[in-house]
Parts: sequence; structure tokens; C-alpha cells
Amino acid sequence: MKATTKADKIKAWALTIFLTGVSLAWAMPIVIVLINSFKSKGSIATETFKMPTAETFVGLQNFTNGITAGNYNFWKCVGYSVIITVLSVSLILVCTSMAAWYITRVNSKFAKLVYTLCTFSMIVPFQMVQYTLSNTANMLHLDTPYTIPIIYLGFGAGMAIFMFTGFIKQIPLEIEEAAVVDGCSPVQTFFKVVLPMLAPSMISVGILEAMWVWNDYLLPYLVLDITKYRTIPIHIQYLRGSYGSVDMGASMALIILALLPVIIIYLFCQKYIIKGVAAGAVKG
Amino acid sequence: MKKLLVLFLAVLMALSLTACSGGKDNEPTGETGKVYYLNFKPEADEAWQELAKKYTELTGVEVKVVTAASGNYETTLENELGKANPELTLFQLTNDGALAVYGDYCADWTGTAPYSEMTTHDFDLVKDGKTLGIGYCYECFGIIVNKKLLAEAGHDISEITNFETLKAVAEDIHSRAAELGFDAFTNAGLADSSSWRFSGHLITLPLHYEGVTAKGEIKGTYLNEFKNIWDLYLNNSATDPVANNTAGDEAEAEFGTGKAVFYQNGSWEYAALTGNYGMNPEDLQMIPIYCGHEGEEKAGLCSGSEAHWAISNLVSEADRNATIDFVNWVVTSDEGTTMMAEQFGPIPFKSAKEPANVFFAQANALLAQGNYNVSWAFNYTPAVNDFRAGLVTALRDYAQNGDWSVVETAFVSGWNNLYNQEAE
Amino acid sequence: MFKKKKANAPAVGAHRSKLITRPMRKMVWIFLIPTFLCFIIGFVWPFASGVYLSFCEFKLIREALFIPISKVKDVFVGFSNYVRALQDPSFRKAFFYTAEYAVASVLIINVISFFLAYLLTLKIKGSNIFRTVFFMPNLIGGIVLSYIWLLIFNGILIHYGTYLTENATFGFWGLIILMAWQQIGYMMIIYIAGFQSVSEEILEAARIDGATKWQTLFKVIVPNMMTTISVCMFLSLTNSFKLYDQNLALTAGAPVITTAEGTQIKMTEMLALNISSSFGKINAWAKGTAQAKAVIFFLLVAAISLIQLKVTRDKEVQQ
Repeated sequence: MKATTKADKIKAWALTIFLTGVSLAWAMPIVIVLINSFKSKGSIATETFKMPTAETFVGLQNFTNGITAGNYNFWKCVGYSVIITVLSVSLILVCTSMAAWYITRVNSKFAKLVYTLCTFSMIVPFQMVQYTLSNTANMLHLDTPYTIPIIYLGFGAGMAIFMFTGFIKQIPLEIEEAAVVDGCSPVQTFFKVVLPMLAPSMISVGILEAMWVWNDYLLPYLVLDITKYRTIPIHIQYLRGSYGSVDMGASMALIILALLPVIIIYLFCQKYIIKGVAAGAVKG
Repeated sequence: MKKLLVLFLAVLMALSLTACSGGKDNEPTGETGKVYYLNFKPEADEAWQELAKKYTELTGVEVKVVTAASGNYETTLENELGKANPELTLFQLTNDGALAVYGDYCADWTGTAPYSEMTTHDFDLVKDGKTLGIGYCYECFGIIVNKKLLAEAGHDISEITNFETLKAVAEDIHSRAAELGFDAFTNAGLADSSSWRFSGHLITLPLHYEGVTAKGEIKGTYLNEFKNIWDLYLNNSATDPVANNTAGDEAEAEFGTGKAVFYQNGSWEYAALTGNYGMNPEDLQMIPIYCGHEGEEKAGLCSGSEAHWAISNLVSEADRNATIDFVNWVVTSDEGTTMMAEQFGPIPFKSAKEPANVFFAQANALLAQGNYNVSWAFNYTPAVNDFRAGLVTALRDYAQNGDWSVVETAFVSGWNNLYNQEAE
Repeated sequence: MFKKKKANAPAVGAHRSKLITRPMRKMVWIFLIPTFLCFIIGFVWPFASGVYLSFCEFKLIREALFIPISKVKDVFVGFSNYVRALQDPSFRKAFFYTAEYAVASVLIINVISFFLAYLLTLKIKGSNIFRTVFFMPNLIGGIVLSYIWLLIFNGILIHYGTYLTENATFGFWGLIILMAWQQIGYMMIIYIAGFQSVSEEILEAARIDGATKWQTLFKVIVPNMMTTISVCMFLSLTNSFKLYDQNLALTAGAPVITTAEGTQIKMTEMLALNISSSFGKINAWAKGTAQAKAVIFFLLVAAISLIQLKVTRDKEVQQ
């Protein structure tokens, strides 16, 4: 391995070029949507793969149309998506990490039962509960962006508790014991000692849950009062799936607007995101 | 696993016990009732909220209006009625299918004040002699004609009296499309946003002529008429019939910007055509859909209703009476009828106000001349979404392979099969 | 989705200490009960009542659920919903379609992501950038993703005078391409971790033995990565079975073919979509039957997960 031969170098370069090609192809769908979001709606379906010309270029018109498409302001969707994701993920992180700590440290039948149910819930597909869950949510008036996090905590608790217990089992007991000796109550111990140590796993779990909640379609669609509250996926499906007329230009613009925050966040935190996802796969 | 099962059952029992102990039957009558209305037209939500507020100011009766999005209406209704203590008093039945499901939970309108205010009971939903849904507004569809373009092509609307004459005019325009700068029909797009005009609405012609007035099997006796008009649409538009996947807004744009003379759609298009596209209402006329049926010279537009008010029988009598009073106020008061005319067009009540939409006047004029209404027989379509999807596939297949029997199978056998599944 | 039990897992009790536990016990209300209550609302109750409803015939949920125990016999119909569900041709069609789709997508996704992962571990220039690009589609939700691809598929097909929902074959491969694009990056990350876990010593030994690169890959690396491979296979398998959003947004089951007898067949409808739309039928038995389908679906997905658990454990024992 010390002296790389010329042939090896050529091979490495060929590989890099090959993968560059594949990567470009990989990113192409998004680029095509981006290009089309600046084209007139008539030319999108017929000349999908052409660059905009003087005639077909419409500037930001699709974006201005898209914002108000379907008599519903797109920024409201963004707002609700953000509210639901932030509230749900925070709630899940705080509650399930506390629950996981309790389950790991306290050897009671109840704790064991909750843990068993949690593991069990991870293999249950959403269709199994979609009808009864939407009914329950409706009955308990959990149909707003501010209350739906309760549902997300309920349905998503399984995986989070499961992952957190895995992490907590690796934390040495001595540190917590020291805190107790120093006179910390369990709540203090948790927030001052355990929580900081859980920070890396918080990021992993948080990213997994955030990706789930942000992209989720069916649960909020069934639970939320969608005249008032639409998340981004609901709004986009609503525009495309309904009987009304579909403005291709506007929907291209909306897809771009929906992708933009995700891609920006990804480019800045990709290290954490990829790590978090990998952790979820190996643990889960 | 066994332990888990036992546990679930225990939880279930515990929860269902607590739930039923909380349930209470109808409250005693004598107190003032409340109105809780589930509206299904999102665009009318604001108007309803305002009206409800006004009614509460006037009478002190509490009126709550909740709006479900069109795609979500049935789910919302089911959830509302399914609650342990249903509070919903007023809701919509869209069609016969909805009547079959929710009819059990509706009270009879017969003898109520709003019922006697009605000018026609043609659009009502009746089951076992009980009027469970009153058709409170109606819509019409047909072929919308741009009279200005028609004149440019050297024709007049009075020429068109049946399928033969419609065909002659359309084919003449189509053959000279390049020279005229416009075509006869807008494209008959089969994309989801457009195909309902045919798989949902156009099918009413053969069904009406067959005399479909209730759910049941069909024979498809007049499918040839359906073929006539469909062929006319396909062959006389600017779109290649084979790659016919255009969306609904494209057909609307073609008509709105003067690229086509004929456009099959309904009264609900009025706002878009005169508003978004700035068409002159005087240039617009809706004519009956002629399809080569005998005696169709006397045909009128296709008028019908998808909007029927129903009163829940799951609430107290006080609530029911309050709801009837509210409905009566809506269809008789100045505020109510103004709002209804603006949002829903014409309503079949004695005190109704004249809407601006010219299509209704044209529908009524035809009826006044003694023409017959082409009923919305498509309201009896079994499993609407499945039926439509099957028919659309067949229509595409026909456009490509020219074999009409595929359409016949999807239409008749498909309908009967779905009907039998539902009747099971 | 089960955690593998590590052979050297600490004995139970090693992560418990009376000093910590005793004061915590009283705090169950703060630590565990709030989550547990939400868990009941969001999972336990919906699941339990769902199982119960699959044995009932009812139109409104209230007629079967919030009734005195003595009236349960009026709505209880035993296994007839299950019989109806299993006899439903659309359900069976959706099952086979889903199975067919699962086989194709599992193979394609895993083969491609395995080789991409292999290439990216060869220490070439820019591998971090490639990894970033390949993983990106995984962050896009199913609905948005489908509309991106719908544009592309229809943009290509329009030149041949056709479109995606016209032909079931297009729909099938459309879904495969879509899911491959979304999942390959994800699986690739797991495979990369797998490659990196193969110890240098084994590779060195292979090199000394004079093994070629291909021999090393298939005879040395692959056998050492069986755990990773089975994790990825099962992950993509369960993903295929649970697919809903993409199916709904890309084809929604279209085209619908009518047979000569008049039976409509949704050519591209998968199990999850079939179940969801079954809840919308108007028959008196529709809700119960749809729920029975959901229970069958759950058992199917659970069975896959349990097999996965067993296979992964066996693999670990072998290593």
C-alpha cells in the first residue's frame, strides 16, 4: 500500500468521475423541479426537460401564485408544520427520556409492562390504529397543532423509549449515586446529571422523530381539522389530489419551498443527521 | 403474548365501562336548544360564520358552524355522529350513498316550516316515505358556449337544437380551426382534475334516459348516446385524443382565453370564467348536452343537487327545534337569502333572491319553455370513486385502441358489480 | 425493529441501585405516568379497540364501542369480518402486488446500496460529498417525493404519447425507482458502517493469502457482514409492506381495469392503501372488515419483524 501504482491512481480517478456522474444524476430530480418552478405552467408538462426560454420563463410568478394556491396561504402550512414538529419532538424527547430513565432504574412490574408495550408498539403499522386513533383524537379534541403532539408522543413513544433505555444502560451508575449523595432529588438528578449525558442520543432520537413528524401525512390528515390546519404534506396532497384545477407551475414552486428548509438544514447538520439515522437503524 | 392479550382485554373493558357510565341520553325538553352545523363548502365558511353570529345576536340562540374540507367531510361527519354525546344538529347528505349510511341518524323534515317554504321537492332525499334530506340549492351543467366565437365562425346558437346540428357546427369549426384560430371543444382531459366531468357528470345522460331513479343495476341501453357525444368531444378539439391526459385548468383556460367554442362544465364555473378570465356574461350560454337521443330537442340542462340539509335525530328535541328555526330563518330572512344567493346560487325556497349567475336563468328559461330536466342520475353511482376510476381507464383504452366494448364493460358490468358489492 | 440482545449484556440489576431507585419510586407520577397516559391515548386504546372492532359490525364507532357490555352481542359478529376480508379479491390482489413489489424493491435497493457503500469505502476523493448527495432524498417526505417523480415520469412518457397512470407496469417500476432513490442512501449508510466494522486483520489475512479484490469482497467481507445485510434486507422489506404515502400520491391505485365480469381491479394498489380506502366503503360491515384487514396486516408485519429478530440473532451467534 506504500507505493500506489499509476494504474491504481487512474482507477481511483475513474471511480471518482463515475461517482460524480451518479451523484449528479441523483440530484437531478430536484434540479429539474427547480428549473420547472420558473417556467410557465403550460410548458411544464410538455417540455419538462428543457431550460426556460424567453417565452416560457415566468420569473417568480409561480411562487407568488403558489403561496396562495387552494385558498390557503402556504406560510400557514409552514408555520403549522414547524409548530407541530417542534412541540412534538420536544415533548417526545423530554417525556420519553424521563420515562426511559425510570424504566431502566426502577425494577417495578409497571415499568416492565410499559417497556414491553413500547417494544410491542414498534412493530404495529399505522393502518392498525388509523381508524380508532383518529376517532379517539377527535373525541378528546386533540385535533389542533397544539394538542396533536400528545398523539405523536403516544404513538411515537415506543421507539424513543426503546432507544433511550439502550443509551441509559450505558451510563455508569456512580455519577448518579454521587448526585444523590450530594442531596439531589430524582428530578434534579435527571435534569442536572442524566440529561446532559444523554445529549448525543437526544440529537439522534430528535432527528429521527423530527423527520417522521415533519414528513408525516396520514396521521395529521386524519386527526387535524384540515380546513383550519394544514401541514405541508397535507396541503400539497390536497392541491394535487382534489378535483379542482391543478396549477403545475404553482405546485412546482411549492415543492421547492417545501424542500428548501429541509435541504438547508441537512447541509448544515448532515453529520448529525446521518449519524442519528444510522444509530436508529442499528438500534431499531 | 398471552399475558399481553389478557391485559389488552382488561384495559378495553375498563375503558368501555367508564365510557358508557358517562353517556347520557337526550336532555329533557323545555330549554332553549343549540344549533351545531357541519358545513361542507370551505369557500362558504366565512359567510356561514357571519350569518351564525347575526342569528345569535338576533335571537340569543347559540349557533356553532364547523367546516370540513371537501375531501374530509365524510370523516368529520362520521366522527361527529360517532361521539358518545353527539352535539351535531345540522349536516349535509351529498347523495344517495350518504343517505344509505347516515339516513338512520336523520330526522324527517315533513311538516316543518322550511319544508313548506320550498318551491320544489325534486332534489330531496327520501327514504321509506320520510324526507331526510332537503335539497337546499342546486346546480346545473351542460355545454357552455362562447357565443362571440360562434358568431365569428359564422354560426348562431339557434342552429343547435339536437346532436346532428351540434355535430355539424362542431365539425365545421374543427375543420377550419387553423384558419379561425380556435377549435370547437376544449380538450376532454382524463387527468384526475378533469375526468370527473365525464366519468362523473356526462354519464348522467345515458342513466337519465334509461330512467335510473334509485340505486340498482343498470342495462346501459343508451350507451350509444354516450359514445356519440364522447366521440364528438374527442375528435373536435385541439388535443390529440390518444395522449389525452390534460388537467382541468387547461380546458378552463382554453375556453376562458377564447381558444374553444364549447366547454362541458357547470354553473359553478361562472365565477372563474367571468372573474379570472374576464369573459362577458352576455357571451356565455349553457346549452343542453345533445347526444342523439330521440326527442332530445326538448331537453333542458342537467340540474340537480349534491347539497341536502339533514337534521340529526341523535340530539334533544329542543336542539332539533332550534335548528329548524335557524334553517327557516336562513331561507326566509333578508340576510339569509342574500347570503345563499351569493354563495349557492338559486335556492328552491319561496323567498329566494335572484343570483347573478346567468346559467341558472338559462336553465330556468328552458324549463319554462316546457323542456325536461336531465336529472342527476349519477347520484346513484355505486362506490363513486371506484366506478369513475374504472371508467376513466376504459375511456383511455378506447381512445388508444378504438374498442368501445371496453367502455361498455366498465360502465355496465362495472356499475352492476359495484352495486352488488354495496347491496351485499 | 428489535434491539439485538448482546451476548455480553450486563446482568439485570447492574444498572440499578437502591440509592437511586428508592427516591425515584415515589416519582412515578412525574417520570412515567404522563408518557404512559399519552401512550394509552395514542397506542394502547386505539390498538385494543381496533382488535375488538374487527369482530363487530357497525356503522358508527359509538354503536360498537361505547355501549353497555350486555349489548355487545348485538354488534359482535365473530370472525365474519376476517372471512370477508380474506375473500375480498382487492385485498388479495393488493397482497400479491405488495409482495411482488417488496421482492423487486428489496433486491434492487440492497444490491445498489451495497455496491455504492463498497465504492465509498475505497478511500477515494470526494466520498463525503457523494455520501451527502446519496443520502439527501431520504429526508424528503413521501408525498413531496412522489410529485417530484411524477413530473419526471410524465415528462418522459409524454414523448411516447402516454403517462404514468395509464399502464400498471409504469406504475410498478415508477414506485420502485422512487423508493430506490429515497432509500438507497439510507441503506448505504448502514452498509458503510458494516464495511467499516470488518476488522483490518481479516482483510490483511486475505491480502496475504493473495485473494483478489472480488474474492475478498464475496468470500471475506460479505460473510462477515451478514448481520448488516439482514438488517438492511428486513428494513427495506418492512418499508415495502408499509408503503402508503408514495403509493397514494404517485398512482393512488390507478389504472383500474374492469374484467369481463365487471370486477374492478386497482392495478397498483398496495396493502396499506387498500386498508385505508376500505374504511370509506358504505356497507354496514365495511368498517369492521377494514379493521379486520388492518389486523391481518399487523400480524403480517409483526411476523416479518419476528423472523428478522430470529435471523439476526442466529447470525450473531454464528459470528
